[in-house]
Amino acid sequence: MNLDTLLPNLGEWLRGNGPESDVVVSTRIRLARNLAHFPFTNRASAAQKTEVEAKVRDAILKADLPGRLTYLRVDTLPALDRQFLVERQLISRELAGVLDGPRGVAFDDKESVSLMVNEEDQLRLQVMRSGLALDEAWQTIDSVDDILETRLTYAFHDQFGYLTACPTNVGTGMRASVMVHLPALGLTKQIEKVFRSLQKINLVVRGLYGEGSRASGDLYQISNQVTLGRSEPRVLQEIREVITVILQYERQARAALMKEKRQAEQDRVARAIGTLGSATMITSEETMELLSAVRLGIHLHLLDDLPATTVNQLFIHTQAAHLQKIMGAPLDGEERNAARAKYLRNRLRELGANPR
Amino acid sequence: MNHCQFCGSPATVHLTDIVHKKKREMHLCEGCARKHNLLPSDPGPQLNLHALIQLIVGPQAGPPAEPDDPAALICPSCGLQYAQFRADGRLGCPAEYDTFRAALEPLLERVHRGTAHVGKVPRAVRRTRRAAELDDLRALLADAVAAENYEEAARVRDRIRAREAVE
Repeated sequence: MNLDTLLPNLGEWLRGNGPESDVVVSTRIRLARNLAHFPFTNRASAAQKTEVEAKVRDAILKADLPGRLTYLRVDTLPALDRQFLVERQLISRELAGVLDGPRGVAFDDKESVSLMVNEEDQLRLQVMRSGLALDEAWQTIDSVDDILETRLTYAFHDQFGYLTACPTNVGTGMRASVMVHLPALGLTKQIEKVFRSLQKINLVVRGLYGEGSRASGDLYQISNQVTLGRSEPRVLQEIREVITVILQYERQARAALMKEKRQAEQDRVARAIGTLGSATMITSEETMELLSAVRLGIHLHLLDDLPATTVNQLFIHTQAAHLQKIMGAPLDGEERNAARAKYLRNRLRELGANPR
Repeated sequence: MNHCQFCGSPATVHLTDIVHKKKREMHLCEGCARKHNLLPSDPGPQLNLHALIQLIVGPQAGPPAEPDDPAALICPSCGLQYAQFRADGRLGCPAEYDTFRAALEPLLERVHRGTAHVGKVPRAVRRTRRAAELDDLRALLADAVAAENYEEAARVRDRIRAREAVE
């Protein structure tokens, strides 16, 4: 498959129109599964990895799963394609580059389901939804898991539940993450306080690209830490309660911003659009920061003409691998910064984006 | 810097003692400290007691590491050492949840505040569990019938029907 065909699509998580999409970008649930009678990936021989990959691929392709699935062998993909899939959140950074040996990914046309094979766990199922949609995501992944289980014997323990390579995932093997955009809490310096309270209730905050990545563009992923001893619905309910509170805080902070600093905020958003539309060199970091201001500006109605999904498109297209695919050539850091600026200038001119 | 109060070279040994609430300090160089028996003579090779015991009584007789230190545990299924797991946080195979159970449980308790799974169970496992449960109930039923305890038999029969009704 030529991955370039995915370029014009936004993918489910960037669709931008799910519930609470003024604050919640996307919802993601993943399940970690392993096969009984095999060592975990990190301890499997080359032959065992080959066998597991074949077994799981076969189950995925024969199972009657919703949506048309594409299966790709990640280990044979060029580095650029792997990075491209990471940026689209279809595979993890580990599957792209840290791990070795036969490994793959299956995903559907809408890019709402992704199934990684021979990740840290042999099977990592992932379902994505635009906006806050924990129940829908759970229903989908639960049924995908049921369907695959008819063809695979999972490693399951009466006491410990689904067995995983890392004990931090054992039990349900479930990690539910909600990606939120919290610019107003960032501007009013309340964000640390919010996150400290999250830690007390065993929820984890991460940056955009998961573990170890730093938060950029005011985007954060909030996910559960506990997988053992609490049922999936209970964990999802805990996350939902917390997100509801965070939503409230962010919206209050936005309202306060509009009441007390409307002029300053309008100026900040206008400058962000101005820089994006006129820079000749721009880093991915700066792009994210500016797009964050634009995203907020759209939701606060400080900008017209610009639909919220445009921000998502600019956001994904200005990432390193996407940019190189659009430009059709490999680019080093400096060249990328120039290409990114050029892309943004052209797109914003086409869109006729103007501050109100 | 202090100097040795015996020979005047830079002092590397500093002694402080307190007698009757009076602090007294001494500064010496290493040579003078040794001369006055304030330092043990050259630290010779340390005698490895454990190795010595192993040498004398054979490897089996030695205590298999300390009972509360699982580092030496080895998974019979895939050969992973517990010490290795402790180093990189990844287990080697599903069997280790039993092999290393005693060591893992406190860790799971810390991470999850729980040690027993609650939630989804694979359909295959649910089916096996239900079959075993039904077998038990049918045996109970047979016993009750044999004992002509028809009231009990009717109760058990109802439980069997209820169980069978659940897919």
